[in-house]
Amino acid sequence: MNEVSIAQQDFLRSQKKHKRIVHVSRLCIFLLFLILWEGAAQAGAIDSFIFSSPSKVLLCAYGMVLDHSLFSHIGITLFETISSFGLVIVSTLIVTILLWYNKRISEALEPYLVVLNSLPKSALAPLLIVWLGANYTTIIITGMSVAIFGSILSLYTSFQSVDAEKVKLIYTLGGRKYQALTKVILPSSIPSLFSIMKVNIGLCLVGVIIGEFIASRKGLGYLIIYGSQVFKLDWVIMSITILCILACVLYGLISGLEKCYLKQLS
Amino acid sequence: MEQLMDISHVSYSYHTMQGETPALSNINFTVHKGDFLAIVGPSGCGKSTLLSLMAGLLEPEQGSVFLYGQKVSLKGSHTIGYMLQHDHLFEWRTVEKNVLLGLEIQNKLTSETKKSVLGLLKTYGLYKFKDARPSQLSGGMRQRAALIRTLALKPEILLLDEPFSALDYQTRLTVGDDIGAIIKKEGKTAILVTHDLSEAISLGTQIIVLSKRPATIKKIIPIHFPESISALERRNSPEFKDYFNKIWKELNEHE
Repeated sequence: MNEVSIAQQDFLRSQKKHKRIVHVSRLCIFLLFLILWEGAAQAGAIDSFIFSSPSKVLLCAYGMVLDHSLFSHIGITLFETISSFGLVIVSTLIVTILLWYNKRISEALEPYLVVLNSLPKSALAPLLIVWLGANYTTIIITGMSVAIFGSILSLYTSFQSVDAEKVKLIYTLGGRKYQALTKVILPSSIPSLFSIMKVNIGLCLVGVIIGEFIASRKGLGYLIIYGSQVFKLDWVIMSITILCILACVLYGLISGLEKCYLKQLS
Repeated sequence: MEQLMDISHVSYSYHTMQGETPALSNINFTVHKGDFLAIVGPSGCGKSTLLSLMAGLLEPEQGSVFLYGQKVSLKGSHTIGYMLQHDHLFEWRTVEKNVLLGLEIQNKLTSETKKSVLGLLKTYGLYKFKDARPSQLSGGMRQRAALIRTLALKPEILLLDEPFSALDYQTRLTVGDDIGAIIKKEGKTAILVTHDLSEAISLGTQIIVLSKRPATIKKIIPIHFPESISALERRNSPEFKDYFNKIWKELNEHE
């Protein structure tokens, strides 16, 4: 059984080779981009005052690491994003369970959810600042507002798509609505909860940056908007790069969690 | 024989915005302890509705269902076991956790009840798969696990809602044989709903033939085979064909 045929070995080898080429190409594209950018800036083909350059961005980051200001900016943005993400997930679960329990409530609220979900949430941010003031709460709520309505709608859809026969099984075993929720509805919705989380972590980051643009003295969003106003474009590009990394790391954490869940299942 | 369940003047209709669809009309019959009742009828005649009423999942509009002289309802004690068309074993639970689901739901999971369920797994050859996931079992083993999940609650009466119809023909024959033998061995009373006449004859001690919707009872036909022969052996016996023709005629007769 353990013996692998030559054809299978060839196949595995060619697949490995294919993967290696893809990885190397990815890295090359990135390095080429950096080299071209740096080269163009050094040669004066682009104005490094406006377009910055990799070395200037790195120097700028190094300087901010030395005076510790970089970490506090990243920390604040991270704190706000994770808080609004956590609150979105908890409130999504609570509201969706409520909607599932009571058909009347869900039907009555459905049009409001649809409208709020399609509303461009950045339009709400100025209003929130006037109402709640320029502080963390406002930014966290802005982050939540971007994600929450969509995630309630998708989780509710996933609750509803659970096979009615599976719910019936719970009743035939003497269960009530509560057991239907805990034994069938919630466990079968975990895969969609993960995909909702993956989308939401990005959306919360978007919301937090919008919030920081207009109501903040700290954070990467503040750094971007302030940097663009005073023409410190090194700050802007550095912050955008850090945001990219942050988004990847947060997404990766949730993917990792999902993988753990799937592994535990098999 | 002791009278177990009494279905008395039961009628039921479905209501939608488009109108009312009568499903069952004035159904009367009695189930005795140890019976294996098979209910056959044209598709969509309300067979499954009848089972749901007997399980207390639905309330009859007229008439009542009595178990030991007490009206059956969802709130009542659960001495009724129900097997659905699909096994609905949960992939996020191991086989053991799946068969313990009923006890867990009814808060009856003690080391004693758990032991008796594990005993059932042992008796019916699933013990070595207790830590496996349902997807690792064959169709027949899954259906057996689903039956053990139902038996775990020690029901007085088993309601089987076309439990083999999702299986392929060959599996269906062996699983039918298998499940029939388990029910006989555990000494349970069972009511099987099916559209498959051969299945009904191979398992039942009595066959109830229903008419088209709204379903009424056309005829109740007792089935006699020697005690010792299995469902598969019944299919090969000479009486089988006679029963088949009799029920076939009954089903297709015009009212």
